[in-house]
Amino acid sequence: MLAITALALVRLRNLFAVAMLAGIYSLLSAGLFTTLDAVDVAFTEAAVGAGISTILVLGTLALVGHEQKKARRSSVIPLVVVVLTGSILVYGTLDMPPYGDPANPAHHHVAPHYLEESEHEIGIPNVVTSVLASYRGYDTLGETTVIFTAMVGVLLLMGGLRKRENSGETDAETRESEDASGSGPVPTHGGSGTDPPKADGKKTHGEGDAHGG
Amino acid sequence: MNVMGLMNYWAFIFLMMVGFYILISQGNLVKKIVGLNVFQTSVFILYISMGKIRGGTAPILTEGDPIYSNPLPHVLILTAIVVGVATTALGLSLVVRIHEAYGTVEEDDIHDLDLAVAGGEDQSFPVSGMDARA
Repeated sequence: MLAITALALVRLRNLFAVAMLAGIYSLLSAGLFTTLDAVDVAFTEAAVGAGISTILVLGTLALVGHEQKKARRSSVIPLVVVVLTGSILVYGTLDMPPYGDPANPAHHHVAPHYLEESEHEIGIPNVVTSVLASYRGYDTLGETTVIFTAMVGVLLLMGGLRKRENSGETDAETRESEDASGSGPVPTHGGSGTDPPKADGKKTHGEGDAHGG
Repeated sequence: MNVMGLMNYWAFIFLMMVGFYILISQGNLVKKIVGLNVFQTSVFILYISMGKIRGGTAPILTEGDPIYSNPLPHVLILTAIVVGVATTALGLSLVVRIHEAYGTVEEDDIHDLDLAVAGGEDQSFPVSGMDARA
């Protein structure tokens, strides 16, 4: 199912369909995580991957249009690269431990300690929670830092966009003088397809999504 | 037996390569980011499948003494999912900015515009605003 969805993603040119299929792909992988006993991961993936990511992509599509053009270059070279990389990876898996074996090295370092001691040391029945918030609390702090940085980046990129659109200035004019009263239509670079009033209307939508992420 | 034990890796490799293919072959920047998400999810599947123990159950402590799957990959991937959405948001906002500067999100068109600008540089075509800010 995942494979079919992923292959359909390659073929589709309508980007709205691509966005919805990506959401379905995330939801299917959430189901797979549930069967692999990772319930916390499954509902994070369903909420964040299938929910917020899809909304973000849809918000972007509202701004940039939803039809993909046919690529001019041939798809043979990417295909060769992908097949080559894939075969090397398959070769690499031949030494990997078999799936589901309790004797795998991954299960013999700190994981038994977490499973046996976290009830006394932390007192939360959900081991994933106690590892996330306590044993690996610094990871979570780092994660929060990454999200903060990404949010600052998004706000810088999008906030500047709104300011320029409101003042009716083009890129070049803003660069030359911030307080120049540049009113009236100014030739924008690559103006074909740009539609400032429409983009401005959808702006708040996209930015609200960014906050959710 | 040996081959069946490696099937999860091969499934992950297939999904990863589909994402990789979308990333390098498609010209549309939004679709590239979707491909990046597919790629990312395949790595999640790799980690989670490595944490699975046959006959195990979700690592939530209960009565009795069942076998629990390894909780560590779950924690790592929880972090990775959230970071993945942060990168997606940043990437998509970059796409919006590129659309604002170039009027298109197709790689071929952007390349053409860049070439056109390089050809007529002395006519002071207003394009370098984005580079200046970046």
